[in-house]
Amino acid sequence: MATSQPTTHAAKGEPILKLRGVSKQFGAVSALTDIDLDINAGEVVALVGDNGAGKSTLVKVLAGVHQPTAGSIEFMGQPVTLDSPGKALEMGIATVFQDLALCENLDVVANLFLGHELKPWALDEVQMEVRAWTLLRELAARIPSVREPIASLSGGQRQTVAIARSLLLDPKIIMLDEPTAALGVAQTAEVLNLIERVRDRGHGVVLISHNMEDVRAVADRIVVLRLGRNNGIFTAETSNSELVAAITGATENAVSRRRARKEELEQPA
Amino acid sequence: MSDPNKPAALDRSDSRVRHDEGIGGAIRAFVDRVRSGDLGMLPVAVGLVLISAVFASLNPVFLAPNNLVNLLFDAAAVGCISLGIVCVLILGEIDLSVGSMSGLASALIGVLWANMGLPVAVAILAALAAGAVMGMIYATLLNRFGMPSFVSTLSGLLALLGMQLYILGPTGSINLSYNSALVKFGQILIMPHWLSLLLAILPGVVMVVNGLSVMRRRAAANLSSPGLSVLLAKAGLLTAALLIAVVYLNQGRGVPYMFGLFVLLVVVMNYLLTRTKWGRSMFAVGGNREAARRSGINVNRIRMSAFMLCSSLAALGGVLASARLATASQQAGTGDVNLNAIAAAVIGGTSLFGGRGSAWSALLGILVIQAISNGLTLLNLSSSLRYMITGAVLAIAVIVDSLARQSRASHGRG
Ligand SMILES: Nc1ncnc2c1ncn2[C@@H]1O[C@H](COP(=O)(O)OP(=O)(O)O)[C@@H](O)[C@H]1O
Ligand SMILES: [Mg+2]
Repeated sequence: MATSQPTTHAAKGEPILKLRGVSKQFGAVSALTDIDLDINAGEVVALVGDNGAGKSTLVKVLAGVHQPTAGSIEFMGQPVTLDSPGKALEMGIATVFQDLALCENLDVVANLFLGHELKPWALDEVQMEVRAWTLLRELAARIPSVREPIASLSGGQRQTVAIARSLLLDPKIIMLDEPTAALGVAQTAEVLNLIERVRDRGHGVVLISHNMEDVRAVADRIVVLRLGRNNGIFTAETSNSELVAAITGATENAVSRRRARKEELEQPA
Repeated sequence: MSDPNKPAALDRSDSRVRHDEGIGGAIRAFVDRVRSGDLGMLPVAVGLVLISAVFASLNPVFLAPNNLVNLLFDAAAVGCISLGIVCVLILGEIDLSVGSMSGLASALIGVLWANMGLPVAVAILAALAAGAVMGMIYATLLNRFGMPSFVSTLSGLLALLGMQLYILGPTGSINLSYNSALVKFGQILIMPHWLSLLLAILPGVVMVVNGLSVMRRRAAANLSSPGLSVLLAKAGLLTAALLIAVVYLNQGRGVPYMFGLFVLLVVVMNYLLTRTKWGRSMFAVGGNREAARRSGINVNRIRMSAFMLCSSLAALGGVLASARLATASQQAGTGDVNLNAIAAAVIGGTSLFGGRGSAWSALLGILVIQAISNGLTLLNLSSSLRYMITGAVLAIAVIVDSLARQSRASHGRG
């Protein structure tokens, strides 16, 4: 269960995952070029960048969904190839995908345990339902019934189910691709709390978010991607303009121009 | 649940949900489900009653016990094929070659057993193995080359038919001995009355025993249950219906062993689909293939299992058909066999769009198809009319499936 087990994972600060020179090409499009990334135990890494910067692609490479065209990945000091999602899950890399990847025709319990059902030849529905409720309670989720198909849930509820699913296997690393995009205020706070709890248990967390406030609140490091390349590593102390500059690639950008315009308006001559 | 001292059940803490309890609640929940387009077995049950009423009024012989016994004999072979179709439909795939596969299987029985004198068990195993290999080929074409099953099985239809004609040779028809166990199984073997009555009671008993144990475990885990009254009502209704059917059939010859075999296969398949990880994975792949893959499910292996099961069951259907007809001929598996098998699955409520369905749909669907075919034969209508009517029934079933799907989408039930 997500919070109950004491973990035997790497000590705080020890590297879990190390990427060197990872590239990913989709035909003519270079979605990722020469990416370096370290994910350490007990640390939250925020991955930020504009739309299309390659954040989701990077997460999918680590989840075993896409195979990188070049580069090396080290997991707990061992070079590995993540050639299928099953393998990544087995190694302890859990992912909340941006598109959630839920089966709409199955109910909440079935989705939570998909691929990891208890007692494969005589499904233990009662035990699975109990664990489903417990997990969802931990997330302070508002789900009326776990026996309804996912299709009947709202966007936020689906997101909660996807997050709960990533916690099920007690992973070493959990990657969340814009997990709070559809969530309300209370639920967002709950997810941020959860991220801190997972980190405190010594797991690595990768968080993708466009909300700089959330990112600053929990991130130990902020890794910026721009056009599929590394564009600097920052901390929560970095100023907003510096971050925006790294994300957009210029000190003179749409965001700074907008702010300048606003300041001009606010202090008329 | 109303005990104020007891903490609310784990699954009863949300006040927005109406919790249906007791028999009234169960009925209300059922009506809600149907309204939102989750029709399940309802259309086929209604269809079966309507069709029976129409044919019975046109020709009273239709409902005579021995006619129904014949109907069950006829239903087993195509029913088996239809059960395999359910597997591939759940994945959102199709196998259009099941008719030819069953024809090839019956040809194998004729050649290996009747002509070459091999033991009948060897011939049956060879037929099933041929089915498994064919399914493996379809799955490989899909997994490796992304060849749509619609296309690969359409070419398979022709190739298998060719193979059937080839191994039957110029004579084209091989008679099977009426004294053999296989043909007796297909034509005359009937369960003793005590056995059929026992089997009619068994499902209800299993339902109650199983239901009680689930209720106990749910209560221990602080989860709610629909209640004892619902369980007993369901089991009682089921037992009553089965007993009436069996007693009525026993007025005639009784329940064929061959039909019993088919029902056994349906029950096993139902267990596999609803109570195992494999079944869950089948529905997941049919509902959202990419999501299933990202959950760590080996999609290729699931497809392989489904296509192999489908073709093997088609081969078994062919074996049963040859036993039923006491012959392996060039006509075996041709004509409306393909369409009937697919129509039965769809009429029974398995969606053509993947992700929903049930083993029971093969059983109920084939009863509808067989009732139509039997009724029209009793009216002395030619096969040309029979084909047209079966085609129309399939079209209606697909329309119901599509409408229910749209309704589910608008009611947010996927
Ligand atoms: N499956 C794919 N096939 C082709 N191009 C893709 C695919 N997935 C992503 N891309 C491209 O890769 C780039 C990065 O996309 P993505 O990783 O989704 O960005 P982000 O998540 O940072 O918004 C985009 O230009 C996108 O068009
Ligand atoms: Mg993205």
